[in-house]
Amino acid sequence: MPYTPELKELIKKVEKTRPARVEKKRMGGEFPAMSLQEREAILKFHPDFKEDGRTEILVGPSKGYRIAKEMVSLLHAKSRVDPDAVDLTQVDHETDVLVIGGGGAGSSAALLARENGAKVLIATKLRLGDANTMMAEGGIQAATKTGKDSPYFHYLDVMGGGHFKNDPGLVETLVVEAPKVMAWLEKQGAMFSKFEDGSLKAMHGGGTSRKRMHYAGDITGAEIMRTLRDEVKNHPDDIKVLEFSPAVELLLDKTGACAGAVLFNLETEEYFVVKAKAVILATGGSGRLHIQDFMTTNHYGATGDGLILGYHAGVPLKFLHTVQYHPTGAVFPEQAEGLLITEKFRGAGANVLNVDGEQFVYEREPRDVEAAAFIRECLERGKGVPTPTGKLGVWLDSPMIDVLKGEGTVRKEFPGKWILFHRYGIDITKEPMLVYPTLHYQNGGLEINSRTETVVPGLFVAGEASGGIHGENRLMGNSLLDVVVFGRIAGCSAADYVKRALKDGALSLDHVRAYNRSLDDARVPVDGRVAPMLLPDYSNPDVRKKQLTTTYTGTLR
Amino acid sequence: MSKTATKPKKAPAKGKADEGSHVPIFVMGKRYDVPASLTIQKALEYAGYQLVRGCGCRGGICGACGTVFRFPDSYRIEVGLACQTVVQPDMYIAQIPFFPGNKAVYDIETLPAEGGTIAALYPEVFKCVGCGTCTRSCPMDIDVLGYISKAIQGDIRAVAEGSFDCVMCGLCAARCPAEEVQYNIAVLARRLYARHLVPKAAHVAKAVQAIEGGTFAKALQELKKKNVDELKKLYKALETEPDMAEDSWTPKDRSFLGD
Repeated sequence: MPYTPELKELIKKVEKTRPARVEKKRMGGEFPAMSLQEREAILKFHPDFKEDGRTEILVGPSKGYRIAKEMVSLLHAKSRVDPDAVDLTQVDHETDVLVIGGGGAGSSAALLARENGAKVLIATKLRLGDANTMMAEGGIQAATKTGKDSPYFHYLDVMGGGHFKNDPGLVETLVVEAPKVMAWLEKQGAMFSKFEDGSLKAMHGGGTSRKRMHYAGDITGAEIMRTLRDEVKNHPDDIKVLEFSPAVELLLDKTGACAGAVLFNLETEEYFVVKAKAVILATGGSGRLHIQDFMTTNHYGATGDGLILGYHAGVPLKFLHTVQYHPTGAVFPEQAEGLLITEKFRGAGANVLNVDGEQFVYEREPRDVEAAAFIRECLERGKGVPTPTGKLGVWLDSPMIDVLKGEGTVRKEFPGKWILFHRYGIDITKEPMLVYPTLHYQNGGLEINSRTETVVPGLFVAGEASGGIHGENRLMGNSLLDVVVFGRIAGCSAADYVKRALKDGALSLDHVRAYNRSLDDARVPVDGRVAPMLLPDYSNPDVRKKQLTTTYTGTLR
Repeated sequence: MSKTATKPKKAPAKGKADEGSHVPIFVMGKRYDVPASLTIQKALEYAGYQLVRGCGCRGGICGACGTVFRFPDSYRIEVGLACQTVVQPDMYIAQIPFFPGNKAVYDIETLPAEGGTIAALYPEVFKCVGCGTCTRSCPMDIDVLGYISKAIQGDIRAVAEGSFDCVMCGLCAARCPAEEVQYNIAVLARRLYARHLVPKAAHVAKAVQAIEGGTFAKALQELKKKNVDELKKLYKALETEPDMAEDSWTPKDRSFLGD
């Protein structure tokens, strides 16, 4: 749907202020960035600071921790599978390393585990590559430009973005491994945007002191994912892939070490037992839990399953009290609601404007600060732009990029977004986009160390399912980096563990029985809920009312 | 090049929207009345389907939801991604979430980056009859026939660049009379091009060398020990590269750099 006449009228206010804003930027002038004190003050408008959005976890290793209600409701649920119903003596698949999740972290892990001598089985809920990695648009940070940057500066930026709460060891690993990851991806044949001489193009992201965000057009994640997926498929003898087969519980052995998982075939509805010498959880994030009813940029499968599996097995949770809302999700047209509009638009210089076409925030604040500023502008100051469906948004002035950097820049640098909006009858080289914060990233997750080890021997976690790297807020371009850095490390660590571990114990689901019991003991009202969720529920209530003979286990029919 | 793929199209006259702006659509031939503003994907959920296959990123980039449709008064087969295409009255819809497509297995490191490599791994590329159905079947408006022609000529760079927006949904392969698997030819070309034909980033190698030589180890050890107030002080004092600076920009303070 093209802009309505009312919105077109409001766009004129943006056009009116544009020449002066462009001129100012050309002279090096910017809307003043916030001081650390100002940042702290504005964060009270961030959804994380809504105390009634959280509740306390009543059982398990992080008992007493207050996190989003939607996550706790899954932790306060019985296991999807009855431990007594599974015959653990019937092993359906046996492997050295089981990788759960087929996104960027899982694929990187599988490749490195294989390189280090392990046989690998990837079990993934949807297709190999169906993951948030595929959807990451903006880029991947790495301090590769030695004349102006180094891991030292990258480290400070990551810590600043994360409110200085991040795990220092994990951050060190992230920034030190970053250039190596770029070299590896280059070697895999990922097609990054480069200058003629082969040097990588780089941009700013929110909260970066140096331009170190490398990219492949505006589909960086897709390019990395399709390259890694292709490479995984180049090793059919060593890496097997089971699609549409999410893990529903981990298996431990008698010593308490991780020894496999129970999988669920989404199509035949069978449960399978996998015996493995090591397990890597790379299940990604949880945007589809729609925390505080926010729309999300996340993949259909982003239901936080790995958090549940790891928690049942005894791994504590870190930094889950903060959730990242991407400042710029589309709010118009309705069909595109929640869709990610990459931060790269702001990195390229696009201003953010209120209903009067005026700037109210510097466009490159860290994501939580930027998002909080949008929410304040719309909800408290009443300066949001109203959409036909009754939502509010602010303008992202994409046309000014062409004015600043030359006609054709937007089409060349943002081909994906251009065509998408073009289909809706909106030319983003001429008209700004209407945006509002959207649920984007699970800042925290399962506790790991720099080798991706958890408190459970033989269980490794990589990517969005882990917590600590990004502290309380992740910077743009550090999640694609995170999945490849820690995915590769997990692959190496697991392959190494396989060589050392003495494993021949009987498989057990006792930890699940104990978890179920702890819910009863704590008198947690479970109300028939089960976890992990596996897929979100977008069913039509009117249809459900007429499904007289249908039963649902959680969200699944 | 066809632009019919997912562009909004005038509804055929007889299929007018009924009350409450609902429109009739036909899912595998069966009629459902759904709100006119929904995408095909959301319309399926509205109709009562719980999606397992044919649903991925819901944002037009993963290629899980390739869909074909037709209107009763038109001979044309139209295509789109279910998550990106808004329903239209009297649309007859079938999703093609999976279509078999063979992939060559290779070692990208040792594969010769020359034109003949594509033909050696995918000899069927020469069977192309130039009909252009692939191009008309592409929901991303890629000139698929264009890059396949370049593949036949052995122009790896042109295939890589021409296929860059490919989401690998497989609709081209599903409809190709010459039984090509275009998207796999495309990913091979992109990897060959980026791995072997584009110059390497010398600065990346240099940064890796500095890291492996331990250049930053001491500085990072000290950073890791700093308390929040000390870190804040360093963070606030950081010199920020200006937005409009050229790639060759250098900071005034040369400490902690890699060269």
